[in-house]
Amino acid sequence: MATSVTTDAKTLSGADILVKSLVDHGVDVIFAYPGGASMPLHQALTRFGDRLRTILPRHEQGGAFAAQGYARSTGKVGVCMATSGPGATNLVTAIADAKLDSVPLVAISGQVSTAVIGSDAFQETPIVEVCRGITKHHYLVTDVRDVPRVMREAFHVAKTGRPGPVLVDMPKDVQLAAEEVDWDAPMDLPGYHVEDRRARPEQIKQVAAAIKLAKRPVVYAGGGVIASDANESLRKFVAKTGIPVTMTAMGLGAYPGDDPLSLDMLGMHGSVYANWAVRDCDLLLAFGVRFDDRVTGMVAEFAKHAKIVHVDIDPSELNKNKPAHIPICSDVKYFLDQLNEIVSAPPQAEIKEWVKQCQQWKKEHPFKYSETFDGILQQHAIRELWKLTRDRDTYVTVGVGQHQMWTAQFYKFARPRTWLSSSGLGTMGFGLPSAMGVQAAHPNSLVVDIDGDGSFLMNIQELATCYCEELPVKVLLLNNQHLGMVVQWEDRFMQGNRAHTYLGPIRHAEASGKGSGPYAEERYPDFVTIAKGFGCGAATVSKKADLRAALEEMIAHRGPYVLDVQVPYQEHVLPMIPAGRTVHDIILE
Amino acid sequence: MGGCLRFVPALSRGGDATIMLICPASLETPETMRHVLSALVQNVPGVLAHISGMLASRGYNIDSLAVGETEDPHLSRMTFVVVGDERVLEQVRKQLEKIVTVVKVDDISSKDFVERDLMLVKVKAPPGGQRTEIRELVEIFRGRIVDVGDQEVMIEISGKEGKIEAFINRMRPYGILELVRSGRIAMVRTHS
Repeated sequence: MATSVTTDAKTLSGADILVKSLVDHGVDVIFAYPGGASMPLHQALTRFGDRLRTILPRHEQGGAFAAQGYARSTGKVGVCMATSGPGATNLVTAIADAKLDSVPLVAISGQVSTAVIGSDAFQETPIVEVCRGITKHHYLVTDVRDVPRVMREAFHVAKTGRPGPVLVDMPKDVQLAAEEVDWDAPMDLPGYHVEDRRARPEQIKQVAAAIKLAKRPVVYAGGGVIASDANESLRKFVAKTGIPVTMTAMGLGAYPGDDPLSLDMLGMHGSVYANWAVRDCDLLLAFGVRFDDRVTGMVAEFAKHAKIVHVDIDPSELNKNKPAHIPICSDVKYFLDQLNEIVSAPPQAEIKEWVKQCQQWKKEHPFKYSETFDGILQQHAIRELWKLTRDRDTYVTVGVGQHQMWTAQFYKFARPRTWLSSSGLGTMGFGLPSAMGVQAAHPNSLVVDIDGDGSFLMNIQELATCYCEELPVKVLLLNNQHLGMVVQWEDRFMQGNRAHTYLGPIRHAEASGKGSGPYAEERYPDFVTIAKGFGCGAATVSKKADLRAALEEMIAHRGPYVLDVQVPYQEHVLPMIPAGRTVHDIILE
Repeated sequence: MGGCLRFVPALSRGGDATIMLICPASLETPETMRHVLSALVQNVPGVLAHISGMLASRGYNIDSLAVGETEDPHLSRMTFVVVGDERVLEQVRKQLEKIVTVVKVDDISSKDFVERDLMLVKVKAPPGGQRTEIRELVEIFRGRIVDVGDQEVMIEISGKEGKIEAFINRMRPYGILELVRSGRIAMVRTHS
């Protein structure tokens, strides 16, 4: 660690100190876009280039989502950097996204010099003010001597407790200042205590007792299971108790999706069997979740008859949306490991009956789509990709919308951290840049961005990064020429009135909802030409019979690749529980 | 008791505008109670902005907020008066504790505590009978006249909210020209 440099006689600049801190914290990749107020930092990055790879995104938002991709797929802190003003504000969406999905992120922004802060200087924004509510913590560094302590605190806060984004705003004069600093300056966080977030023995006993009495228990597992690396502990728990598991969008991969006891995702677009299991359960074991409205619908009706055990490391999540009978503030892994020591299965006859019931529902109401459709359905493309990639080391990222939900439904994630989705904030444009970050962290893995045409276009400039930085990301583009999820709501709740949800020219009939046939008149833009213009491989496919070969070609391609798949726009994500409603209102057809 | 000044968010959620209403204290039901929270915070730039921003964005009702340095210059003390039911209060406390620069939050309403509010008020007081009456009232309320003008006096008074409210009501007929209050501060009594 930093101690080795204490004797370094040479006085480093603030920029060097910051970059050296990154290296000392084990950062091996940073996504950084330079500008006037961050040039000294970039100069420093070149001096540490042998230990720290700097990847130049083509938009700061792309860089920040790439850092998220790195963080989400590794569990380590992702790092991005931007200049002051517009560079910093371009990070904002990805910072808010990291906050809602609890992703450990350190975002570094250049700032105008301290002497002109507050004078509306060129490219000045009060980025710390802007980001207060969307960061876990934030710093405006005004003294170079604070840099080692601030960086130590930033990494500590980002990754411990409930992870989250930390912003470090660094004025240019502080970057240039050269002073003797105390590399070992201790952290000064008198209000930050997360070490003691551990379930008490009597709480563990209480839960074990509740399980022993349960007849219809179900596990509701979320991102907290993955964040605390508790997937193995969860698997052991399920093996011991035989309790079925449903997962949130953030929790997919926490338990193997293709296991018979997996009930897949629950909530608005979750499985019938998961939602029915939660409806009928008498014990809901909520691990690392936050009772989000996309999961619960009308919260008073959610798991109405169940005793609720809620385990989360963030005490403010307990009793926030839904009161729990047994609220436990704890690291989920610690809790599960302790519980596994003493827990025994519920009464065998009853649990067997219950699992049989769940599996019966699963058989009767699987995720399904028309197998006879004369063309490629989104769900089919995803299932085919899963079949082709399930046995290899694969990571999947998504944008936001229908394709995201279908991927959650049809790609069965076997391992944690292999599925990356902007789940809380729901940021379109997440897929490609986050895939880039995954690829940087896992150079030898297959990384596929399953994207929609709307989401893909929001950060399509990152194809340049993929090409130039040699990040061979694959894009499976499910191109229906529409904002499919909004179209679905228009169709279901607004009599199909198209309100700016067609992505082609406005002269087309589809723009006013008067198109005929399953596809738009003519596909716009020409994604294949665009991808080739960026130097990527690209192809289009529209016949079902050609899909498999097209996917294989995509996977085999050495560089980044875009497979533009023609899909219909009338397809709806089902099942669906309308917003704010209950499981009784589930739409199946 | 008179009335309480209460910040009510214009929108229940997501509204950033706040409007000030005067509502009778008797409207408070047992479910929506007034709680005094005392928070120790790091004395660093932006901590007040962070806390007030969090309270506003989550739509909590704050009656009063007072801030000042403590005996330790690294720490400041914030005293909040929060209106809401038990669940709201629990959330406010937990959300406050989640802010990294907040060191400790105490709900001192459940304890035996001393509560004070400091007020400066300028009242119309032409020389003569009116001024004499005001002086008497100030004495009864244990306040002090701290400035005297041709036609008005400035009064300093401190005490619990009820007393301050009562004094304001007594002064209204004379004509209140200007009024400023510190917001409530509170401290738990020593147990002997």
